[in-house]
Amino acid sequence: MRLAVLGAGAVGSSVAELAADYGHTVTAYADSQSAAVDPDGVDVAGAIDRKATDGIVGDADPGEAVAGDYDVLVEATPTTLGDAQPGFGHVEAALERDRHVVLANKGPVAERYADVRQLERASEGSVLFEATVGGAMPVLSTIADFDPEHIDAVRGVLNGTANFILSRMSAEGLGYEHVLAEAQDLGVAEADPTFDVDGTDAALKGVIVANVLADDGEEYTLDDADVEGIEDIEGSALELAAEDGRTVRLIAEVADGEVRVGPRLVPENAPLAPTGTRNIVQLETEHAGRLNISGRGAGGPETASAVLADVGRLPEL
Amino acid sequence: MSDSTDEVRSYTLRLELVDEPGELLRALEPIASNGGNLLSIFHERGNVTPRGHIPVEVDLEATPERFEAIVDAVRDAGINVIQAGAERYSETLTVVISGHLIDSDLSDTLSRIQESTNATVTDLSLSAPEGTEDASSARIRLATEQGAADGVMETVRDLAAEKELRVIEPLAAGGDL
Repeated sequence: MRLAVLGAGAVGSSVAELAADYGHTVTAYADSQSAAVDPDGVDVAGAIDRKATDGIVGDADPGEAVAGDYDVLVEATPTTLGDAQPGFGHVEAALERDRHVVLANKGPVAERYADVRQLERASEGSVLFEATVGGAMPVLSTIADFDPEHIDAVRGVLNGTANFILSRMSAEGLGYEHVLAEAQDLGVAEADPTFDVDGTDAALKGVIVANVLADDGEEYTLDDADVEGIEDIEGSALELAAEDGRTVRLIAEVADGEVRVGPRLVPENAPLAPTGTRNIVQLETEHAGRLNISGRGAGGPETASAVLADVGRLPEL
Repeated sequence: MSDSTDEVRSYTLRLELVDEPGELLRALEPIASNGGNLLSIFHERGNVTPRGHIPVEVDLEATPERFEAIVDAVRDAGINVIQAGAERYSETLTVVISGHLIDSDLSDTLSRIQESTNATVTDLSLSAPEGTEDASSARIRLATEQGAADGVMETVRDLAAEKELRVIEPLAAGGDL
Protein backbone atom coordinates (compact mmCIF):
# COMPACT_ATOMS: atom_id res chain seq x y z
CA MET A 1 0.00 0.00 0.00
CA ARG A 2 1.03 3.59 -0.59
CA LEU A 3 0.64 5.71 2.54
CA ALA A 4 0.20 9.45 3.03
CA VAL A 5 1.18 10.09 6.65
CA LEU A 6 -0.18 13.30 8.15
CA GLY A 7 1.34 14.35 11.44
CA ALA A 8 5.05 14.31 12.24
CA GLY A 9 4.84 13.76 16.01
CA ALA A 10 5.79 10.57 17.86
CA VAL A 11 3.11 8.46 16.15
CA GLY A 12 3.31 9.91 12.63
CA SER A 13 7.10 9.69 12.47
CA SER A 14 7.03 6.10 13.80
CA VAL A 15 4.45 5.07 11.18
CA ALA A 16 6.60 6.61 8.44
CA GLU A 17 9.75 4.92 9.78
CA LEU A 18 8.17 1.48 10.24
CA ALA A 19 6.05 1.44 7.05
CA ALA A 20 8.75 -0.19 4.90
CA ASP A 21 9.10 -2.98 7.51
CA TYR A 22 5.46 -3.86 6.85
CA GLY A 23 5.86 -3.73 3.06
CA HIS A 24 4.35 -0.30 2.50
CA THR A 25 5.62 2.82 0.74
CA VAL A 26 5.27 6.32 2.17
CA THR A 27 4.34 8.56 -0.75
CA ALA A 28 3.65 11.64 1.36
CA TYR A 29 4.69 12.78 4.82
CA ALA A 30 3.41 16.04 6.24
CA ASP A 31 3.27 18.15 9.38
CA SER A 32 1.03 21.19 9.80
CA GLN A 33 3.42 23.51 7.88
CA SER A 34 5.16 21.40 5.26
CA ALA A 35 5.21 18.14 3.33
CA ALA A 36 7.51 15.74 1.50
CA VAL A 37 5.72 14.20 -1.47
CA ASP A 38 7.10 11.58 -3.86
CA PRO A 39 4.96 9.00 -5.70
CA ASP A 40 7.99 6.67 -5.78
CA GLY A 41 8.54 6.88 -2.04
CA VAL A 42 9.57 9.68 0.28
CA ASP A 43 13.04 9.64 1.87
CA VAL A 44 11.59 9.20 5.38
CA ALA A 45 14.87 9.38 7.30
CA GLY A 46 15.78 12.55 5.41
CA ALA A 47 12.40 14.13 6.15
CA ILE A 48 12.63 13.29 9.87
CA ASP A 49 16.18 14.74 10.01
CA ARG A 50 15.02 17.88 8.25
CA LYS A 51 12.15 18.28 10.74
CA ALA A 52 14.72 18.13 13.57
CA THR A 53 17.15 20.60 11.98
CA ASP A 54 14.96 22.99 9.94
CA GLY A 55 11.53 22.46 11.51
CA ILE A 56 10.00 21.35 8.18
CA VAL A 57 9.68 17.89 6.63
CA GLY A 58 10.02 19.03 2.99
CA ASP A 59 9.37 21.80 0.48
CA ALA A 60 5.85 20.85 -0.49
CA ASP A 61 2.61 22.21 0.99
CA PRO A 62 0.63 19.93 3.38
CA GLY A 63 -2.31 20.21 0.96
CA GLU A 64 -0.25 18.44 -1.71
CA ALA A 65 0.14 15.46 0.63
CA VAL A 66 -3.66 15.16 1.02
CA ALA A 67 -4.18 15.52 -2.75
CA GLY A 68 -1.26 13.27 -3.76
CA ASP A 69 -0.99 9.62 -4.78
CA TYR A 70 -1.77 7.15 -1.98
CA ASP A 71 -4.05 4.24 -1.08
CA VAL A 72 -4.31 5.02 2.62
CA LEU A 73 -4.30 8.35 4.40
CA VAL A 74 -2.87 7.95 7.92
CA GLU A 75 -4.24 10.73 10.12
CA ALA A 76 -1.85 11.21 13.05
CA THR A 77 -2.20 14.93 13.72
CA PRO A 78 -2.97 16.04 17.30
CA THR A 79 -6.47 15.25 18.61
CA THR A 80 -8.77 18.26 18.56
CA LEU A 81 -12.22 18.56 20.13
CA GLY A 82 -15.47 20.02 18.78
CA ASP A 83 -15.31 20.12 14.96
CA ALA A 84 -12.19 17.89 15.12
CA GLN A 85 -10.40 19.99 12.52
CA PRO A 86 -8.09 19.80 10.68
CA GLY A 87 -8.18 16.00 11.13
CA PHE A 88 -11.80 15.70 10.04
CA GLY A 89 -11.10 17.67 6.84
CA HIS A 90 -8.29 15.25 5.96
CA VAL A 91 -10.62 12.26 6.49
CA GLU A 92 -13.24 13.92 4.31
CA ALA A 93 -10.79 14.74 1.50
CA ALA A 94 -9.41 11.17 1.38
CA LEU A 95 -12.84 9.48 1.46
CA GLU A 96 -14.20 11.77 -1.24
CA ARG A 97 -11.32 10.58 -3.41
CA ASP A 98 -12.27 6.96 -2.57
CA ARG A 99 -9.11 6.39 -0.52
CA HIS A 100 -8.86 4.50 2.79
CA VAL A 101 -8.29 6.31 6.09
CA VAL A 102 -6.52 5.03 9.21
CA LEU A 103 -6.81 7.26 12.26
CA ALA A 104 -4.50 7.69 15.22
CA ASN A 105 -6.21 11.05 15.88
CA LYS A 106 -9.17 10.50 18.23
CA GLY A 107 -11.04 13.70 17.33
CA PRO A 108 -12.99 12.63 14.22
CA VAL A 109 -14.33 9.38 15.72
CA ALA A 110 -14.91 10.77 19.22
CA GLU A 111 -16.56 14.04 18.22
CA ARG A 112 -18.03 13.41 14.73
CA TYR A 113 -18.55 9.66 14.45
CA ALA A 114 -21.80 9.84 12.47
CA ASP A 115 -20.27 12.27 9.95
CA VAL A 116 -17.26 10.00 9.48
CA ARG A 117 -19.47 6.96 8.96
CA GLN A 118 -21.67 8.82 6.50
CA LEU A 119 -18.65 9.87 4.42
CA GLU A 120 -17.39 6.30 4.56
CA ARG A 121 -20.70 4.90 3.25
CA ALA A 122 -20.49 7.21 0.24
CA SER A 123 -16.89 6.19 -0.45
CA GLU A 124 -15.08 3.17 -1.87
CA GLY A 125 -12.60 3.68 0.96
CA SER A 126 -12.88 2.42 4.54
CA VAL A 127 -12.03 4.01 7.88
CA LEU A 128 -10.19 2.11 10.63
CA PHE A 129 -9.06 3.54 13.97
CA GLU A 130 -7.57 0.81 16.17
CA ALA A 131 -4.78 3.14 17.34
CA THR A 132 -7.24 5.60 18.92
CA VAL A 133 -8.11 3.24 21.81
CA GLY A 134 -5.38 1.65 23.92
CA GLY A 135 -2.33 2.27 21.72
CA ALA A 136 -0.79 -1.06 20.76
CA MET A 137 -3.60 -3.16 22.25
CA PRO A 138 -6.03 -4.77 19.78
CA VAL A 139 -9.19 -3.43 21.45
CA LEU A 140 -11.39 -2.33 18.55
CA SER A 141 -10.43 -5.24 16.30
CA THR A 142 -11.28 -7.67 19.12
CA ILE A 143 -14.65 -5.95 19.58
CA ALA A 144 -15.19 -6.21 15.81
CA ASP A 145 -14.24 -9.91 15.84
CA PHE A 146 -16.62 -10.67 18.69
CA ASP A 147 -19.26 -8.44 17.08
CA PRO A 148 -20.30 -5.34 19.06
CA GLU A 149 -23.74 -6.89 19.58
CA HIS A 150 -22.20 -9.59 21.74
CA ILE A 151 -20.27 -7.23 23.99
CA ASP A 152 -22.24 -6.07 27.04
CA ALA A 153 -19.71 -3.75 28.64
CA VAL A 154 -16.19 -2.47 28.22
CA ARG A 155 -14.12 -1.04 31.05
CA GLY A 156 -10.50 -0.32 31.48
CA VAL A 157 -7.49 1.73 32.39
CA LEU A 158 -6.94 3.77 29.26
CA ASN A 159 -4.56 6.47 30.37
CA GLY A 160 -1.02 5.51 31.33
CA THR A 161 -0.15 8.87 32.88
CA ALA A 162 -3.07 8.81 35.31
CA ASN A 163 -2.36 5.17 36.13
CA PHE A 164 1.29 5.92 36.81
CA ILE A 165 0.34 8.74 39.18
CA LEU A 166 -2.25 6.68 41.09
CA SER A 167 -0.06 3.60 41.39
CA ARG A 168 2.95 5.66 42.60
CA MET A 169 0.79 7.54 45.12
CA SER A 170 -0.56 4.24 46.39
CA ALA A 171 2.75 2.40 46.59
CA GLU A 172 4.85 5.22 48.05
CA GLY A 173 2.31 7.18 50.05
CA LEU A 174 3.31 10.32 48.15
CA GLY A 175 1.07 13.29 47.38
CA TYR A 176 -0.49 14.06 44.01
CA GLU A 177 1.62 17.13 43.18
CA HIS A 178 4.85 15.33 44.11
CA VAL A 179 4.11 12.32 41.91
CA LEU A 180 2.91 14.49 39.02
CA ALA A 181 6.21 16.42 39.08
CA GLU A 182 8.09 13.13 39.14
CA ALA A 183 6.05 11.84 36.18
CA GLN A 184 6.91 14.99 34.24
CA ASP A 185 10.62 14.55 35.02
CA LEU A 186 10.44 10.96 33.75
CA GLY A 187 8.63 12.03 30.58
CA VAL A 188 5.58 9.96 31.59
CA ALA A 189 3.45 13.09 31.89
CA GLU A 190 3.55 15.96 29.45
CA ALA A 191 4.33 19.54 30.48
CA ASP A 192 0.58 20.16 30.25
CA PRO A 193 -0.97 16.94 31.58
CA THR A 194 -4.51 18.37 31.75
CA PHE A 195 -6.25 15.90 29.39
CA ASP A 196 -4.54 12.95 31.07
CA VAL A 197 -5.37 13.82 34.67
CA ASP A 198 -8.80 15.42 34.18
CA GLY A 199 -10.08 12.25 32.48
CA THR A 200 -10.63 13.79 29.02
CA ASP A 201 -8.22 11.46 27.21
CA ALA A 202 -9.72 8.32 28.78
CA ALA A 203 -13.22 9.67 28.10
CA LEU A 204 -12.47 10.20 24.39
CA LYS A 205 -11.44 6.55 24.18
CA GLY A 206 -14.57 5.49 26.06
CA VAL A 207 -16.70 7.56 23.68
CA ILE A 208 -15.06 5.90 20.67
CA VAL A 209 -15.82 2.46 22.16
CA ALA A 210 -19.41 3.55 22.85
CA ASN A 211 -19.78 4.64 19.22
CA VAL A 212 -18.48 1.30 18.01
CA LEU A 213 -20.78 -0.66 20.36
CA ALA A 214 -23.78 1.41 19.26
CA ASP A 215 -22.85 1.27 15.58
CA ASP A 216 -25.69 2.66 13.46
CA GLY A 217 -27.41 3.57 16.70
CA GLU A 218 -26.91 6.50 18.99
CA GLU A 219 -23.93 8.79 18.43
CA TYR A 220 -21.71 9.72 21.37
CA THR A 221 -19.43 12.70 21.82
CA LEU A 222 -17.31 13.87 24.74
CA ASP A 223 -20.31 15.86 26.02
CA ASP A 224 -22.20 12.60 26.61
CA ALA A 225 -19.54 11.23 28.94
CA ASP A 226 -19.66 11.63 32.71
CA VAL A 227 -16.05 12.54 33.47
CA GLU A 228 -14.15 12.99 36.71
CA GLY A 229 -10.36 13.26 36.92
CA ILE A 230 -7.74 12.40 39.50
CA GLU A 231 -6.47 15.91 40.24
CA ASP A 232 -5.93 16.55 43.92
CA ILE A 233 -7.04 13.09 44.96
CA GLU A 234 -6.39 12.73 48.70
CA GLY A 235 -3.55 10.49 49.84
CA SER A 236 -5.74 9.52 52.79
CA ALA A 237 -8.32 8.09 50.37
CA LEU A 238 -5.68 5.82 48.85
CA GLU A 239 -4.55 4.77 52.33
CA LEU A 240 -8.06 3.79 53.38
CA ALA A 241 -8.50 1.85 50.16
CA ALA A 242 -5.23 -0.01 50.78
CA GLU A 243 -6.25 -0.94 54.33
CA ASP A 244 -9.21 -2.74 52.81
CA GLY A 245 -7.19 -4.56 50.14
CA ARG A 246 -8.22 -2.11 47.46
CA THR A 247 -6.67 0.60 45.40
CA VAL A 248 -7.86 3.46 43.21
CA ARG A 249 -7.60 3.55 39.43
CA LEU A 250 -8.94 5.92 36.78
CA ILE A 251 -11.44 3.66 35.04
CA ALA A 252 -13.34 4.31 31.83
CA GLU A 253 -16.55 2.33 31.66
CA VAL A 254 -18.94 1.86 28.76
CA ALA A 255 -22.11 0.03 29.78
CA ASP A 256 -25.87 0.39 29.38
CA GLY A 257 -25.45 3.18 26.85
CA GLU A 258 -23.41 5.32 29.24
CA VAL A 259 -19.80 6.43 29.25
CA ARG A 260 -18.36 7.10 32.70
CA VAL A 261 -14.79 7.95 33.63
CA GLY A 262 -13.58 8.49 37.17
CA PRO A 263 -11.42 7.20 39.99
CA ARG A 264 -12.82 3.85 41.18
CA LEU A 265 -12.08 1.46 44.00
CA VAL A 266 -10.74 -1.82 42.65
CA PRO A 267 -9.30 -4.83 44.46
CA GLU A 268 -5.52 -4.42 44.73
CA ASN A 269 -4.67 -7.53 42.75
CA ALA A 270 -7.44 -7.24 40.19
CA PRO A 271 -6.61 -7.16 36.48
CA LEU A 272 -8.04 -3.63 36.43
CA ALA A 273 -5.33 -2.42 38.81
CA PRO A 274 -2.19 -2.49 36.66
CA THR A 275 0.85 -0.57 37.91
CA GLY A 276 2.89 2.06 36.10
CA THR A 277 1.86 3.21 32.64
CA ARG A 278 0.38 -0.15 31.61
CA ASN A 279 -3.13 -0.10 30.18
CA ILE A 280 -5.82 -2.76 30.32
CA VAL A 281 -9.23 -3.23 28.78
CA GLN A 282 -11.79 -5.71 30.01
CA LEU A 283 -14.56 -6.83 27.65
CA GLU A 284 -17.71 -8.27 29.14
CA THR A 285 -18.82 -10.68 26.42
CA GLU A 286 -22.25 -12.21 26.10
CA HIS A 287 -21.15 -15.80 25.62
CA ALA A 288 -17.52 -15.92 26.61
CA GLY A 289 -17.31 -14.20 29.96
CA ARG A 290 -14.63 -11.68 30.63
CA LEU A 291 -11.76 -11.02 28.30
CA ASN A 292 -8.74 -8.92 29.34
CA ILE A 293 -6.40 -7.21 26.94
CA SER A 294 -3.40 -5.47 28.42
CA GLY A 295 -0.32 -3.77 27.07
CA ARG A 296 1.19 -0.45 26.18
CA GLY A 297 -1.45 2.18 25.64
CA ALA A 298 0.76 4.92 24.27
CA GLY A 299 4.11 5.62 22.67
CA GLY A 300 5.27 6.22 19.08
CA PRO A 301 6.23 2.74 17.83
CA GLU A 302 3.49 1.10 19.96
CA THR A 303 0.71 3.23 18.49
CA ALA A 304 2.29 3.03 15.03
CA SER A 305 2.09 -0.76 15.20
CA ALA A 306 -1.69 -0.48 15.67
CA VAL A 307 -1.89 1.93 12.72
CA LEU A 308 0.07 -0.48 10.52
CA ALA A 309 -2.08 -3.42 11.67
CA ASP A 310 -5.11 -1.43 10.45
CA VAL A 311 -3.38 -0.76 7.12
CA GLY A 312 -2.88 -4.52 6.80
CA ARG A 313 -6.61 -5.12 7.32
CA LEU A 314 -7.67 -2.86 4.47
CA PRO A 315 -8.70 -4.34 1.12
CA GLU A 316 -6.93 -3.31 -2.09
CA LEU A 317 -8.74 -0.46 -3.77
CA MET B 1 -34.50 -19.82 46.30
CA SER B 2 -35.44 -22.59 48.64
CA ASP B 3 -38.05 -21.99 51.31
CA SER B 4 -36.44 -24.38 53.73
CA THR B 5 -36.57 -23.12 57.29
CA ASP B 6 -33.04 -24.39 57.76
CA GLU B 7 -31.65 -21.75 55.46
CA VAL B 8 -29.49 -19.14 57.14
CA ARG B 9 -30.39 -15.61 56.13
CA SER B 10 -29.13 -12.14 56.94
CA TYR B 11 -31.32 -9.90 59.08
CA THR B 12 -31.12 -6.44 60.51
CA LEU B 13 -32.36 -5.49 63.93
CA ARG B 14 -32.83 -1.83 64.79
CA LEU B 15 -32.75 -1.29 68.50
CA GLU B 16 -32.92 1.67 70.87
CA LEU B 17 -30.74 1.45 73.93
CA VAL B 18 -30.87 3.40 77.13
CA ASP B 19 -27.60 5.31 77.55
CA GLU B 20 -26.25 3.24 80.43
CA PRO B 21 -23.16 1.06 80.81
CA GLY B 22 -23.67 -2.56 79.84
CA GLU B 23 -26.80 -1.95 77.75
CA LEU B 24 -25.20 -2.93 74.45
CA LEU B 25 -23.89 -6.18 75.89
CA ARG B 26 -27.32 -6.93 77.36
CA ALA B 27 -28.87 -6.46 73.90
CA LEU B 28 -26.37 -8.68 72.14
CA GLU B 29 -26.28 -11.54 74.59
CA PRO B 30 -29.69 -13.01 73.59
CA ILE B 31 -28.61 -13.01 69.95
CA ALA B 32 -25.57 -15.18 70.57
CA SER B 33 -27.32 -17.46 73.06
CA ASN B 34 -30.12 -18.15 70.55
CA GLY B 35 -27.81 -19.20 67.75
CA GLY B 36 -27.53 -15.96 65.80
CA ASN B 37 -24.28 -15.10 64.07
CA LEU B 38 -23.42 -11.42 64.57
CA LEU B 39 -22.21 -9.75 61.39
CA SER B 40 -21.89 -6.14 62.43
CA ILE B 41 -23.02 -3.60 64.96
CA PHE B 42 -23.54 0.03 64.12
CA HIS B 43 -23.70 2.00 67.32
CA GLU B 44 -24.82 5.55 66.63
CA ARG B 45 -23.33 6.96 69.80
CA GLY B 46 -23.60 10.59 68.70
CA ASN B 47 -27.12 10.31 67.36
CA VAL B 48 -29.54 10.27 70.27
CA THR B 49 -33.27 9.81 69.63
CA PRO B 50 -35.80 12.37 70.92
CA ARG B 51 -36.37 10.04 73.88
CA GLY B 52 -32.68 10.18 74.72
CA HIS B 53 -32.00 6.66 73.50
CA ILE B 54 -29.16 5.52 71.31
CA PRO B 55 -30.05 3.83 68.03
CA VAL B 56 -28.15 0.64 67.30
CA GLU B 57 -28.32 -1.43 64.19
CA VAL B 58 -27.31 -5.06 64.33
CA ASP B 59 -26.76 -7.26 61.30
CA LEU B 60 -26.87 -10.97 61.94
CA GLU B 61 -27.33 -14.30 60.28
CA ALA B 62 -29.78 -16.91 61.49
CA THR B 63 -32.38 -19.34 60.22
CA PRO B 64 -35.88 -17.76 60.09
CA GLU B 65 -36.96 -19.87 63.06
CA ARG B 66 -34.03 -18.84 65.21
CA PHE B 67 -34.44 -15.22 64.19
CA GLU B 68 -37.96 -15.19 65.68
CA ALA B 69 -36.60 -16.63 68.90
CA ILE B 70 -33.85 -14.00 68.93
CA VAL B 71 -36.31 -11.11 68.54
CA ASP B 72 -38.46 -12.52 71.36
CA ALA B 73 -35.44 -12.97 73.62
CA VAL B 74 -34.20 -9.44 72.95
CA ARG B 75 -37.64 -8.04 73.77
CA ASP B 76 -37.83 -10.20 76.90
CA ALA B 77 -34.56 -8.65 78.03
CA GLY B 78 -36.38 -5.30 78.03
CA ILE B 79 -34.66 -3.92 74.93
CA ASN B 80 -36.70 -1.73 72.62
CA VAL B 81 -36.81 -3.40 69.19
CA ILE B 82 -37.72 -0.75 66.61
CA GLN B 83 -37.54 -2.97 63.60
CA ALA B 84 -36.87 -6.64 63.14
CA GLY B 85 -35.87 -6.56 59.53
CA ALA B 86 -37.26 -9.16 57.24
CA GLU B 87 -35.31 -7.44 54.50
CA ARG B 88 -32.33 -9.28 53.34
CA TYR B 89 -29.04 -7.43 53.10
CA SER B 90 -27.23 -9.38 50.49
CA GLU B 91 -25.02 -6.87 48.74
CA THR B 92 -22.24 -4.83 50.17
CA LEU B 93 -20.57 -1.88 48.60
CA THR B 94 -17.57 0.08 49.72
CA VAL B 95 -17.03 3.75 48.93
CA VAL B 96 -14.38 6.24 49.95
CA ILE B 97 -15.38 9.86 50.45
CA SER B 98 -12.92 12.71 50.86
CA GLY B 99 -13.14 16.38 51.71
CA HIS B 100 -14.15 18.39 54.73
CA LEU B 101 -15.92 15.44 56.28
CA ILE B 102 -16.03 16.72 59.82
CA ASP B 103 -17.08 20.27 58.96
CA SER B 104 -19.78 18.86 56.71
CA ASP B 105 -21.09 16.69 59.58
CA LEU B 106 -20.06 13.11 58.88
CA SER B 107 -22.66 11.76 61.28
CA ASP B 108 -25.41 13.58 59.36
CA THR B 109 -23.99 12.24 56.07
CA LEU B 110 -24.15 8.67 57.35
CA SER B 111 -27.62 9.00 58.85
CA ARG B 112 -28.95 10.47 55.65
CA ILE B 113 -27.51 7.65 53.57
CA GLN B 114 -29.30 5.20 55.86
CA GLU B 115 -32.54 7.17 55.99
CA SER B 116 -32.97 7.77 52.29
CA THR B 117 -32.02 4.27 51.21
CA ASN B 118 -32.51 0.95 52.90
CA ALA B 119 -28.78 0.54 53.18
CA THR B 120 -27.04 0.18 56.48
CA VAL B 121 -23.54 1.32 57.34
CA THR B 122 -21.67 -1.77 58.50
CA ASP B 123 -18.15 -0.39 58.69
CA LEU B 124 -16.52 3.01 58.87
CA SER B 125 -12.85 3.98 58.79
CA LEU B 126 -11.70 7.56 59.03
CA SER B 127 -8.33 9.03 58.11
CA ALA B 128 -7.63 12.64 58.97
CA PRO B 129 -3.86 13.03 58.61
CA GLU B 130 -3.93 16.83 58.86
CA GLY B 131 -6.38 16.99 61.75
CA THR B 132 -10.11 17.28 61.59
CA GLU B 133 -10.24 20.79 60.14
CA ASP B 134 -8.42 19.82 56.98
CA ALA B 135 -9.46 17.45 54.22
CA SER B 136 -9.95 13.92 55.45
CA SER B 137 -11.25 10.66 54.00
CA ALA B 138 -13.62 7.95 55.14
CA ARG B 139 -14.13 4.44 53.89
CA ILE B 140 -17.71 3.31 54.32
CA ARG B 141 -19.08 -0.17 53.85
CA LEU B 142 -22.78 -0.37 53.16
CA ALA B 143 -25.00 -3.41 53.19
CA THR B 144 -28.02 -3.25 50.99
CA GLU B 145 -30.68 -5.41 49.45
CA GLN B 146 -30.01 -7.34 46.29
CA GLY B 147 -30.31 -5.03 43.31
CA ALA B 148 -30.52 -1.82 45.36
CA ALA B 149 -26.84 -0.88 45.10
CA ASP B 150 -27.30 1.47 42.12
CA GLY B 151 -29.92 3.46 43.99
CA VAL B 152 -27.70 3.67 47.07
CA MET B 153 -24.78 4.93 44.96
CA GLU B 154 -27.09 7.55 43.45
CA THR B 155 -27.94 8.81 46.95
CA VAL B 156 -24.28 8.87 48.01
CA ARG B 157 -23.39 10.85 44.87
CA ASP B 158 -26.16 13.40 45.48
CA LEU B 159 -25.20 13.84 49.12
CA ALA B 160 -21.54 14.23 48.21
CA ALA B 161 -22.40 16.85 45.60
CA GLU B 162 -24.50 18.75 48.14
CA LYS B 163 -21.70 18.68 50.73
CA GLU B 164 -18.90 19.22 48.20
CA LEU B 165 -17.28 15.91 49.02
CA ARG B 166 -15.48 13.71 46.58
CA VAL B 167 -16.67 10.13 46.15
CA ILE B 168 -14.53 7.28 44.94
CA GLU B 169 -17.04 4.69 43.86
CA PRO B 170 -16.55 0.96 43.64
CA LEU B 171 -16.03 -0.19 40.09
CA ALA B 172 -19.52 -1.47 39.56
CA ALA B 173 -22.00 -0.71 42.30
CA GLY B 174 -22.57 -3.90 44.23
CA GLY B 175 -20.27 -5.88 42.03
CA ASP B 176 -17.24 -7.58 43.42
CA LEU B 177 -14.86 -7.11 40.53
